Amino acid sequence: MPADRPRTVYFFGTCVIDLFYPGAGLAGMELLKRQGVRVVFPPEQSCCGQPARNSGYFDEARAVALRQMRAFPEDWPIVVPSGSCAGMMKTHYPDLFDGRPQHDQARAFAARVFELTDFLVNVLDVRLDDRGPPLAVTWHGSCHSMREMGVVDQPKALLRQLANVTLVENPREKECCGFGGTFSVRQPEISAAMVADKVAALEETRTARVVSGDCGCLMNITGAMARSGSPMGGQHIAEFLLERIDG
Amino acid sequence: MGDFTARAPKALNDPTLRRNFRRAMDGLMAKRALQFQDRDAWDALRARGAAAKARVVARLPELLEQLEARLTANGIRVHWAETTAQANAIVLDILRQAGARTVIKGKSMVSEEMELNHHLEAHGIAAIESDLGEYIIQLAGEAPSHIVMPCIHKNKAEIAALFAENIEGLGYTEDVDELTAAARRALRGRFAEADAGISGVNFAVAETGTLVLVENEGNGRLSTTLPPLHIAVMGIEKLAERLDDLPALLALLPRSATGQPITTYVNMISHPRRDGERDGPKAVHVVLLDSGRSRVHADPELRDTLRCIRCGACMNHCPVYSRVGGHTYKFVYPGPIGKILTPQLEGLDCAGDQPHASTLCNACVEVCPVRIPIADILVRLRAESIDPSGSAAVKGAGSMRKSLESLTWKGWALMHSVPLLHRLGTWALSRLGNLIPAAALPPLSTWMRVRSRPVFAPKTLHELAREKGYGNE
Amino acid sequence: MSEARANILARLRAARRGAVPDRPDWTPPAYGPDRLARFRAMLEAVHGEVIEVTSATWTERLRTLLAERGVTTAMAAPDLGLDAAWAGRGPEVVAYDRPVEAMKDRLVHDIQAGITRARAGIAETGTLVLWPDAAEPRLLSLLPPLHVALLRLGTLADNLSALMAEQNWAAGLPTNLLLISGPSKTADIEQTLAYGVHGPKELVVLVLTDL
Ligand code: SF4
Repeated sequence: MPADRPRTVYFFGTCVIDLFYPGAGLAGMELLKRQGVRVVFPPEQSCCGQPARNSGYFDEARAVALRQMRAFPEDWPIVVPSGSCAGMMKTHYPDLFDGRPQHDQARAFAARVFELTDFLVNVLDVRLDDRGPPLAVTWHGSCHSMREMGVVDQPKALLRQLANVTLVENPREKECCGFGGTFSVRQPEISAAMVADKVAALEETRTARVVSGDCGCLMNITGAMARSGSPMGGQHIAEFLLERIDG
Repeated sequence: MGDFTARAPKALNDPTLRRNFRRAMDGLMAKRALQFQDRDAWDALRARGAAAKARVVARLPELLEQLEARLTANGIRVHWAETTAQANAIVLDILRQAGARTVIKGKSMVSEEMELNHHLEAHGIAAIESDLGEYIIQLAGEAPSHIVMPCIHKNKAEIAALFAENIEGLGYTEDVDELTAAARRALRGRFAEADAGISGVNFAVAETGTLVLVENEGNGRLSTTLPPLHIAVMGIEKLAERLDDLPALLALLPRSATGQPITTYVNMISHPRRDGERDGPKAVHVVLLDSGRSRVHADPELRDTLRCIRCGACMNHCPVYSRVGGHTYKFVYPGPIGKILTPQLEGLDCAGDQPHASTLCNACVEVCPVRIPIADILVRLRAESIDPSGSAAVKGAGSMRKSLESLTWKGWALMHSVPLLHRLGTWALSRLGNLIPAAALPPLSTWMRVRSRPVFAPKTLHELAREKGYGNE
Repeated sequence: MSEARANILARLRAARRGAVPDRPDWTPPAYGPDRLARFRAMLEAVHGEVIEVTSATWTERLRTLLAERGVTTAMAAPDLGLDAAWAGRGPEVVAYDRPVEAMKDRLVHDIQAGITRARAGIAETGTLVLWPDAAEPRLLSLLPPLHVALLRLGTLADNLSALMAEQNWAAGLPTNLLLISGPSKTADIEQTLAYGVHGPKELVVLVLTDL
């Protein structure tokens, strides 16, 4: 973790945010900017490569990973609004290039990767001023943010900074929502059972909204909510925080 | 035997089964968590246990020879089997030479791998399971659904009905003490008259030639003490290098498995009955079973699989296992450990779908007491299943390759590594993606069975970032 | 020896060798003056009973606890001297002095309590260490529904590692070494605990605090 506050950071938007949730990406960059940090979004970025890696297509994953490594050449932190994509870059890039000439490059790259909420809390030490109306929300942490990135308390710390927001604990916080990328369509019945249980657990919180740091999970959870007529909705934490501080 | 996916709905649509597993898994997770509240102590203990097993895997051939030498010096006969068929033949031969006709069995997953009971029955030898859970499923004619708690899929009422039907003189009762007492009575006689006891092994200590068995019931002690002959069957990986590796391993196993600081009994056997001793078997045999393990060992990454101490924590914490239960896996080892072990032992051509039955959520990796990188091995096996190079270490490698799928991934990689293609592709998707009929895209229609359709935003983040001036310079 | 052995070892040897990791430091807990309290708490948590006695009082305490449970036939090594101590006021004491083949019926059906010495105790887990021998064979602590063990306080160790090292177990193990932590139990029926499924339903430890 850099001791000094960096003046410039890279932003890695992720492919899901790029196509489906660009608002979350913009909000993430805006939050960083408001901390006085210059944010650079390299246009040559695309996807972390996780879908290919997780499907066992290592060559394809490496080709995409190399492209990302080239797109972020300066020695600036790379902030990622997704624990899952950050986990891919931080833990699996070095593995993918183990024994290959790019291994050192992959390790150096991995060392610069930060999950957004972790960066806001532990590097920028943000203070949030809540201007929104009273609201109760719950939190969904993605498996990879919790178990690959060690991001468990950081997003909750941010939510607790919001004076008018009540954070209601998610009763099955540590359990997977059933997304798992291609798992959701390769094992559709199991995935459906998992997301149904997840929605039921979230509904137990009697809040109107689930906030999360991962858009893959959100697409799965809110998709199931919408389809089952649940009163709940979901939102990426960057958008939620921005909405609160803008009032 | 493949086709995990096709079997899953049966379990998913059985509300009793779902409830039984959910309750049991929730209980086991909570009990385990209580044992490892001190993070630093857990990290240190786990590091020690993982190193102990990693050393065994790294030094396996030497340690097996050392174990054999020590056991032999202790008067315990050692047999080697490359296949389950060989192992069955060895056991049968030992029993026949002893004139044994009835066998009492302690819990052993290796004997399940061998389908030993069937084999013995086919040759006129009755094998009675004595672990209460195993006894219950033997009565029901089922296979274990969990490696530590074999009948965890059944509830009290189901067991009560089974006992009322099968145990003479017992009416229907859901009183657990009464059910347990009935099993004790029914099995006591079996122990007393058994000609041989067969057990598994949790750790075989190479340094001293000692077989270590852990259990709560005492049936393992009975099986290895009361009959005149004891045969232990074990996989070639279930070793401990030294006696002083045991404290950490024994601290990890039961706490991970059932949240107990220690099992009621830790039974350490180093000799057959010696002159002047009053009890214990006069002959003790150990059967070392390979059955694919040496192939697992051949690959420096996959061999971490062999560290497993069979605690079952990975399945207790698995969101897939807890919903489909053990029987959906169809093979002896269910859950995350099964998903990495079965395809390696049986081949990807017959269990290749199992590594895909995971969200890679890492819950198993987080709790595995010997730090097996289960998720990485799952991904590696996915890669092996489509690797046509044939150099792969795993049986059935490349058997799941589909040319359309690999072509799709090639196209995907191209689109995501050539910026111009990416710009064109995402531009097209954001403008036209929402117009594609779901029926034209099978994954999308599958997704939409229980979820709403994901909606492409009108502009990509790339475009918006450029407009807002976040681009390079 | 066998072909299978040669093939298995050859396959294992053909594999690329991996690094042999060091054993990292790990220090199991110690309890100092709270050893006995820890031992008691852990054993009681698993349904065991711990009673403090002295070398002067234990035979009488044993006699009353057996009487309270209606035990009329107990089994113990003759050198414990129970017959002499009880002088006809206690239950019948049978010795396990013949091979199991000749004792099986009595052991399985008649004996209501098995009395053994423990070689040591382990505070961390509330565990008894038994080294069965000719005088106190293996089944004595297993078949009777009540097991009473005598433990000298001086033999209570903090943890298994310390005990193994102190007594140098690696130098020679008995035919059977047992760690016993509580009575026999099962949770195979719906995670509900039930005691005495195959072994003793009750475990009582008499801790000799002066030894
Ligand atoms: S893989 Fe790990 S968690 Fe699973 S049974 Fe084996 S040792 Fe236990």
